[in-house]
Amino acid sequence: MLDVKNICKTFNPGTVNEKTALAGVSLHLDDGDFVTVIGGNGAGKSTLLNAVAGVWPVDSGSISIGGTDVTHLPEHKRAKYIGRVFQDPMMGTAATMQIEENMALAARRGRGRTLRPGIGRDERERYRELLKILDLGLEDRLTSKVGLLSGGQRQALTLLMATLQKPQLLLLDEHTAALDPKTAAKVLEATERIVQKDHLTTLMITHNMKDAIVHGNRLIMMYEGNIALDISGEDKKKLTVEQLLAKFGQATGSDEADDKLLLG
Amino acid sequence: MEFIASLLNSMPGAAAQGLAWGIMAIGVYITYKILDIADLTVDGSIGTGAAVCVVLTVNGVPVWAAMLCAVLAGVLAGVVTGLFHTVCGIPAILSGILTQLALYSINLRTMGWGTGGGKPNLPVSVDKYDLLVTARYVRDLALRNPLIPLAALTVVVIALLYWFFGTELGCSLRATGANGNMARAQGINTNWCKVLGLMVSNGLVALAGALLAQYQGFSDVNMGRGAIVIGLAAVIIGEVLFSKVFRNFALKLLACVFGAVIYYIVIQVVLRLGLSTDDLKLLTALVVALFLAVPHWKARYFSKAVVPAQKGGSAHA
Repeated sequence: MLDVKNICKTFNPGTVNEKTALAGVSLHLDDGDFVTVIGGNGAGKSTLLNAVAGVWPVDSGSISIGGTDVTHLPEHKRAKYIGRVFQDPMMGTAATMQIEENMALAARRGRGRTLRPGIGRDERERYRELLKILDLGLEDRLTSKVGLLSGGQRQALTLLMATLQKPQLLLLDEHTAALDPKTAAKVLEATERIVQKDHLTTLMITHNMKDAIVHGNRLIMMYEGNIALDISGEDKKKLTVEQLLAKFGQATGSDEADDKLLLG
Repeated sequence: MEFIASLLNSMPGAAAQGLAWGIMAIGVYITYKILDIADLTVDGSIGTGAAVCVVLTVNGVPVWAAMLCAVLAGVLAGVVTGLFHTVCGIPAILSGILTQLALYSINLRTMGWGTGGGKPNLPVSVDKYDLLVTARYVRDLALRNPLIPLAALTVVVIALLYWFFGTELGCSLRATGANGNMARAQGINTNWCKVLGLMVSNGLVALAGALLAQYQGFSDVNMGRGAIVIGLAAVIIGEVLFSKVFRNFALKLLACVFGAVIYYIVIQVVLRLGLSTDDLKLLTALVVALFLAVPHWKARYFSKAVVPAQKGGSAHA
């Protein structure tokens, strides 16, 4: 489904702030894979997701989604294949627009924008039903401005919007990190439910090692712009946090994992 | 008593000017409020609209066709600013300034076309040409009163924009202004949307220029100086006075028009109270600065009690 081949990205090349964020990363995801991504700050997790989403062009390497080479496609054209939820709850929705308008925008992801009405009558019923599943009381507030919602509600809405039109690839960039524990758990539960229901190929970054172990069928750990660990199948099911830390130490020859990963 | 009479006498003129500037203010609303871009192109494109309309009219083109060409010229000015900003990566505010400056020369050239060389001022008399609006009949109780076509045009513009911003394309424009990241993630070409918004906005501004030139009977290369500030004044006055009652998008656009009319009425009052016309732009700038500052001060100095409460609220989210 997703094929990342040897991508590199260096920020501010040739300056004192030069930073190699991705050092030749290759990653293959099968259809329906739910991969959790962990790693310390600056390990390249978000950079990897942004590279796939096309926020900026990569320096080298190639990216293809479902067999289509998207390496040179701009962000808005790649959106046809990708649903995204960001770390910042403010980033995934338009605050000054209504809930239903936001959803209608998401329902048209990857399609041409014409002079047809921005939202159809029959759409509203569908959105109401979908919002009911979130169980946040949003189904009665279709015409409320999104700016009036809490961070957790906005993040849940963004998740719903990202999957409104089944994406070939779902990118979750620490989408529960800015939420309080209770809300984070609720959003994560909704994520699990939607990913299972639609059998979505998913890349989820998380700072929480337990979440990374509990969710998904495969776990990768990034370190200094590359993939340091890749655990899947039975190994992943039996994994514990202690084992993960030990494996990480072996793979990278470093003991900084403990504080960096646990303290975030 | 005499003061009141002379003031009342000036009201129809203020309303007519206000309506024409109201269309301009709607153009400013599209960039400033919807796209979140302060577009300074308008200082030039209002003159472009006036120049194109007047020069074509005196060259024998029917007024309606001259106005249509004026709108297209404004649209073109919007394209140029849009391309400066998106393709060339120049900050929006500077892109507008560049286009505005270039338009000064272009407007001079335009007014010289078929009229014997570049001129800073080109008259168009209602006696010789069949103009849509003119100040001469502004106090007449007749169909030729310019208030009628101005009001009709305003309604048409608002209706068209209300429809447009409800379409898929219009919604993607609003999303671009509200949150570019979100828009791109939903597959919206935000660069194209910005260019399109600037096109629509400057088309409207040029239409206002064409109307103003006919109304006052001439096109002048300096007529756009400070236009952005007048447009912003109208938008802000409209918002401050009507935002509590006008929630619907069409009504918000109407608030811009009301804002422009109120602006011109206030101008008439202060002029009649003895203010020199020389000081008008100073006054306008100060008033707009004040209106822009008030919400900032309000948020900063008068809502200390509210801020912690909000923080506490979001923690329970």
